[in-house]
Amino acid sequence: MAHLALSPWVAFAYLVAGVFFILALRGLSSPETSRKGNRYGMVGMAIAVITTLITHQIANIVEIGVAILIGALIGVTIARRIAMTAMPELVAAFHSLVGLAAVLVGWAAYLSPEAFGILDADGGINTVSKIEMALGIAIGAITFSGSVIAFAKLSGRMKGSPILLPARHVINLGTLAAIIVLTVLFAMAAPEATLPLIVALTVLAFVIGFLLIIPIGGADMPVVVSMLNSYSGWAAAAMGFTLHNTAMIITGALVGASGAILSYIMCRAMNRQFLAVIAGGFGAEASGPAREAREQRPYKQGSADDAAFMLKQADKVIVIPGYGMAVAQAQHALREMTDLLEEQGVEVKFAIHPVAGRMPGHMNVLLAEASVDYDKVFELEDINSEFAQCDVAFIIGANDVVNPAAKTDKSSPIYGMPVFDVDKARQVFFIKRSMGGVGYAGVDNDVFYMDQTMMLLADAKKMVEEINKALAD
Amino acid sequence: MDFIAILSIFVMACFVGYYVVWSVTPALHTPLMAVTNAISSVIIVGALIAAAEAGEGLAKWVGLGAVVLASVNIFGGFAVTERMLAMYKKKERK
Repeated sequence: MAHLALSPWVAFAYLVAGVFFILALRGLSSPETSRKGNRYGMVGMAIAVITTLITHQIANIVEIGVAILIGALIGVTIARRIAMTAMPELVAAFHSLVGLAAVLVGWAAYLSPEAFGILDADGGINTVSKIEMALGIAIGAITFSGSVIAFAKLSGRMKGSPILLPARHVINLGTLAAIIVLTVLFAMAAPEATLPLIVALTVLAFVIGFLLIIPIGGADMPVVVSMLNSYSGWAAAAMGFTLHNTAMIITGALVGASGAILSYIMCRAMNRQFLAVIAGGFGAEASGPAREAREQRPYKQGSADDAAFMLKQADKVIVIPGYGMAVAQAQHALREMTDLLEEQGVEVKFAIHPVAGRMPGHMNVLLAEASVDYDKVFELEDINSEFAQCDVAFIIGANDVVNPAAKTDKSSPIYGMPVFDVDKARQVFFIKRSMGGVGYAGVDNDVFYMDQTMMLLADAKKMVEEINKALAD
Repeated sequence: MDFIAILSIFVMACFVGYYVVWSVTPALHTPLMAVTNAISSVIIVGALIAAAEAGEGLAKWVGLGAVVLASVNIFGGFAVTERMLAMYKKKERK
């Protein structure tokens, strides 16, 4: 096989593609430059694909063209149709595809090493390439099955609550150890003996991905999605090592770092240790006696008219959206409310907690979809000091992120998590479907029972629409 | 390229990734995940090589399968990122 990949120009082209990918991420440092960044990403990808196609002898360009076309059609159709609220499960589904593609590429390299130029002098695959290949397949398979479970949980096809197997830590660690042992055996085995090893490794890696994610509850999904994002990067990087391809290595490292940083940010925002999240089980105990023992405490309930009346009087309103807003699709009604209030001279700001929603930045996208200006949307640390000067804290579909127990109650499962200081606001409006449900963490919230709190018990979208009606009158 | 040269690129890229990703504004974390998803499908390079050069056997079909999967991700990932980022434009309100 002609291995033009040795030519310095080809290596240079892949390097340029890698640089474009760096620029793509760099563009995301602000909304103004982000679209240019995305275009850089596309250019980088085009360079990588075209370089590959023109430097290899291609007998079956038609088949390849058809394969790309099928993929493109499916991809673009999904991208156009998907609702913004469904973004977390879409991202999980896309992660699973990267994982599976990595497994397939690893297998193709195993079945046809001559195509990739990774043969030894004695006719077997060289040892380093075998280790890289095994790692790529293992990480890819974990990414695939883990993402499939994450997708099933996020899209409601599977219950979000953790599924806890007995002795799961022993099973998981044993399986991981077995994968490492198989990698070593595979690297050292004679060419004829490798097939059962690589099959076993692939199967075990699929199994461990599944086992790792099923015990993780819905509250921790932002971390899981970020972590799988990271894995998909490491899988690509491992394949880049096998193929000696700089574009793949640079991209894999970028994506791996990106997912790892997002996981870290999410863990920090929940005051949870990464390992504790991975160990799973969070939120599972809450359904037990603790919830039944909850006493009935008095709270004030209000109507949309009451809320509208007081909102009109306010000078400054801070809205805190959470996953409930996404579920109710209330973002457009909320934007309308913002417009109506602004016409009356009320200042409205939005406060977003890093773990609001089911993935990093989820609320920001939904508000952007509803055409809320992004300069009215603030992060936790930038806005938290303003609650003392605000007239109304308007909580819609959020719960744990405003729970003062995180600051005061050491026994609370969310203790130490940074939360919004809504108790400092003069008035608190809390939109919630009913008093029965509690947040993901399964803990009661003192904000419900504060003197200045008015509970607005209804579907988030309906309630906001009624408030809008009252405001417009 | 020898292993150490490749490893050097990898380690440097990890650091570049670290600093670039910290500079991404939290408001764009969802598009960040979507676009990293798209670019990690650069794995299509390996799929193309397998599909093109692996001859007529199983490896070719495995490669073609990977080309389809990676293409879904590339086109889907960039398109959905574009769609999201378009919403972040400052809009003139009536």
